[in-house]
Amino acid sequence: MTTVLAVCEQRDGALRKVSSEVVTGARRIADALGAEVEALVLGAGPATGADQLGGFGADRVVTLTADGFGKYAPEGYAKAVADRAKSGAAVVVCTASAQGKDLAPRIAAKLGTGLAADVTDVMVEGGALVAIRPVYAGKALLKVKLTGKPAVLSLRPNVFTPVQRPKAGTASTAAANVPAGRVTVKEIKAAEAGALDVAEAPIVISGGRGLKEPANFKILEDLAHAFGGRAAVGASRAVVDAGWRPHADQVGQTGKTVSPTLYIAIGISGAIQHLAGMRTSKVIVAINKDKDAPIFKVADYGVVGDLFEIVPALTAAVKSHA
Amino acid sequence: MAPKYHGVDFYALDTLLSEEERAVRDTVRTWVDEQLIPVIGDAYIEGKFPKQLIPGMAELGLFGANLPEEYGCAGLNNVAYGLIMQELERGDSGVRSFASVQGALVMYPIYAFGSDEQKKKWLPEMASGKVIGCFGLTEPDYGSNPAGMITTAKETKDGWVLNGAKMWITNGSTAQVAVVWAKIGAQNDANSIRGFLVPTSTKGFSAKDQKGKLSLRASDTSELVLQDVHIPKDAILPKSGGLKSPLMCLTQARYGISWGALGAAMACYDEAVSYSKNRIMFGRPIGGFQLQQARLAEMLTEITKAQLLVLQLGRLKDQGTMTPQQVSLAKRNNVDMATDVARETRRLLGANGILAEYQAMRHLANLESVYTYEGTHDVHTLVLGQEITGISAFE
Amino acid sequence: MKIAVCIKRVADSETRVKVAGDGKSLDDAGVKFILNPYDEFAVEEALQRKEKAGAGEVVVLALGGATAQETIRTALAMGADRGILLQTDAVPADGFVTAQAIATELKAGGPWDLVLFGKMAIDDYNSQVGPMVAELLDLPCVTSVSHLTIENGIATADREIEGAVEVVQCPVPAVITTDKGINEPRYPALKGIMAAKKKPLEVKPVSLSGGAIEVLEMQPPPARKEGKIVGEGAAAVPELVKLLREEAKVL
Repeated sequence: MTTVLAVCEQRDGALRKVSSEVVTGARRIADALGAEVEALVLGAGPATGADQLGGFGADRVVTLTADGFGKYAPEGYAKAVADRAKSGAAVVVCTASAQGKDLAPRIAAKLGTGLAADVTDVMVEGGALVAIRPVYAGKALLKVKLTGKPAVLSLRPNVFTPVQRPKAGTASTAAANVPAGRVTVKEIKAAEAGALDVAEAPIVISGGRGLKEPANFKILEDLAHAFGGRAAVGASRAVVDAGWRPHADQVGQTGKTVSPTLYIAIGISGAIQHLAGMRTSKVIVAINKDKDAPIFKVADYGVVGDLFEIVPALTAAVKSHA
Repeated sequence: MAPKYHGVDFYALDTLLSEEERAVRDTVRTWVDEQLIPVIGDAYIEGKFPKQLIPGMAELGLFGANLPEEYGCAGLNNVAYGLIMQELERGDSGVRSFASVQGALVMYPIYAFGSDEQKKKWLPEMASGKVIGCFGLTEPDYGSNPAGMITTAKETKDGWVLNGAKMWITNGSTAQVAVVWAKIGAQNDANSIRGFLVPTSTKGFSAKDQKGKLSLRASDTSELVLQDVHIPKDAILPKSGGLKSPLMCLTQARYGISWGALGAAMACYDEAVSYSKNRIMFGRPIGGFQLQQARLAEMLTEITKAQLLVLQLGRLKDQGTMTPQQVSLAKRNNVDMATDVARETRRLLGANGILAEYQAMRHLANLESVYTYEGTHDVHTLVLGQEITGISAFE
Repeated sequence: MKIAVCIKRVADSETRVKVAGDGKSLDDAGVKFILNPYDEFAVEEALQRKEKAGAGEVVVLALGGATAQETIRTALAMGADRGILLQTDAVPADGFVTAQAIATELKAGGPWDLVLFGKMAIDDYNSQVGPMVAELLDLPCVTSVSHLTIENGIATADREIEGAVEVVQCPVPAVITTDKGINEPRYPALKGIMAAKKKPLEVKPVSLSGGAIEVLEMQPPPARKEGKIVGEGAAAVPELVKLLREEAKVL
């Protein structure tokens, strides 16, 4: 039977949420092709959460282990996946996470084929695999046909909502028999404990110049806390360039592309570079004193006025409903 | 590194520019967007020239950019030089003035009238921004009539002694060197006007900021006093002679001003267009109202004409056939045009138009100075009148 | 220090995107083209490393139409020593096809101490040609590098990952793709612009295979449904919360 490989992602031995999205996307493709889904986990050993992947549609979960696979080993991972794919996979589905953006091109190159990167939708039309990918900062969508054997694609995080399936796959572990490679991760300098990354948080609260000074981001952090650990605080390019916030928090063209369930833009005018990073958010709320600010053109809900009054009121309201 | 500003190019004039000319413009444009525009509003309110920009301007090569590479300059043609002035003044007339004075009024006379030693000594230092210069021609009582100047240079056995006062001197209190114009002969002998290179640290030389300016606030304007200033023999610019010499400098500077004013107009037009599309009144963008459309149409028309004017002027200058009268026409037209565009933009912006957050009022206030300096609008009118009729209205 | 920097000519991010008559590509009438911003970091990194080494050569390589010469000259104006254009009618949609052409050229012109790319091009968002070239040249590769040191033949690089920074090491020569933060790209100085004209720029026509990614169509994104202004000031907050809860169902 034809196989669709879903390349999952673990960090520190725990499966990351994008993995369920990858399996969900792979399942969708497999159903259309009449294929089965094999979820690949690369690691030092079985990863926490791998047993859940069957519930998202994986027929098999295969953990490939090798020396040095505990941390991300780009060359070894790529070779292990490519070797696996060569034994008959029709499609290889990766994620366009930070790791996936590094890994997927290597896999494709090892397979001697192209990669449809950062895909937001995928379908099968007339037997051919077709993907949608945003280009030009999201100002256009490209519909591409993947003719590679296998076809390789990476899915934009947070776009493929995981779908639970009442079906459990089998799980197995195999040795990958590949060297980890020349590129090694020496250290992961984590941000403060428990901090969510803007690219992954279901709720992103971003601030811009309207905050007036760096200390005022406190009120955004308060709002994020009110959402009980589901929200991350982001920033516009202007305030990152001004040194108010770290680059890791920047949403937009030279920062991160986010697709949270809820995006709250506070004191951000909405320059095109910013919109490029957040326009695929599911619901956008804008709070700005200037009712003509471009951000209101993309916002589902806008509140005009002084953010220093509105945001604390919103924090209080969220808390009282929590 | 691409500029945020995208220019006004209704007649595809970019196709008349060479790749290098466009590259020069885009580099300066980006620099202005990233380095100048973010700080200019505050500098203007504080009434201070943003000195921190000098090293960056020097590194780009903005000073004396049309002078030869052997002196550490960029060796650009005059169209590229004009485009630099356009972009700088799109940021602010005061910053363009700074570059104009440094390049056209100090480096140019050293290049044109100086000895080889003077050129080698001063030009590389000035191109790299290590030495800033000012130009002392205008006097308290002699503005439009520089021939009447009363500053004198008396020859002594070991040098020169300068006495006099100069007024409205851009960069006066920032400068390390002043090009001072003085008469070495009789008070009524304009042919005896010569240029001198005076280090501003010389005893007897003092510069005092002119306070209370409501225009060119981000520019340093001073009054110079020269009281028994002793300078060595070789401080004279040997090839300078008569009023013609400083006027040649002014022709260089006015050429740049013609381009610069265009930049200010383009900045205002851009602001007017953006505002008219975004500002909602009576339930729709004000750009949908006929009166605002008329304003915008007029601005675009005038800017496009002015662009053609300076482009051809630059080509003539590069061919070596440009006349001072042609420069007068361009300075006169473009500054007047820019002042009108700035004023109309200010009005189109309604009450917001008076805020420093927007550019129009700052440009408008600046342009009133530009209208007046380097030959007032009226003087250029008479220069053209004389050119047309052969009859001077001055004398 | 012999460094190759692979750059791309892209439409400026401010570009108003209009689909061309073929329904598959950008209508480039009136579009301003620039050196891909992430590639500026790569050029700057190469220049700084050459300057630090005191000697060497920075070669910029682009694949694209004849107009990409102008983009190469931007890099030359910044200070690169010479340029090579692999001239094609169009940049292929399949990054692997581009990678193959670049790898072939780099193999012929090597060996290199370092091969640099921007982490992605702001037009196609592919983020792939750099690591693919590394695979084809069998060079180690670190992508999206925001800080880089090279000592004793080992490159140590920071790359941002979700919620953390990954510190990665590999031996050099290597392929590095650059992210914001690695340096501050210089402005091409006016003298550099004039000097760029005189620097060598070799144009080599290449013919490319079809690849595995075929563009069917390009479309504008679906318009977001009309939003609404809930109200003004803190008084609008209860209504906003109600809408988020009941209408949008995100709380």
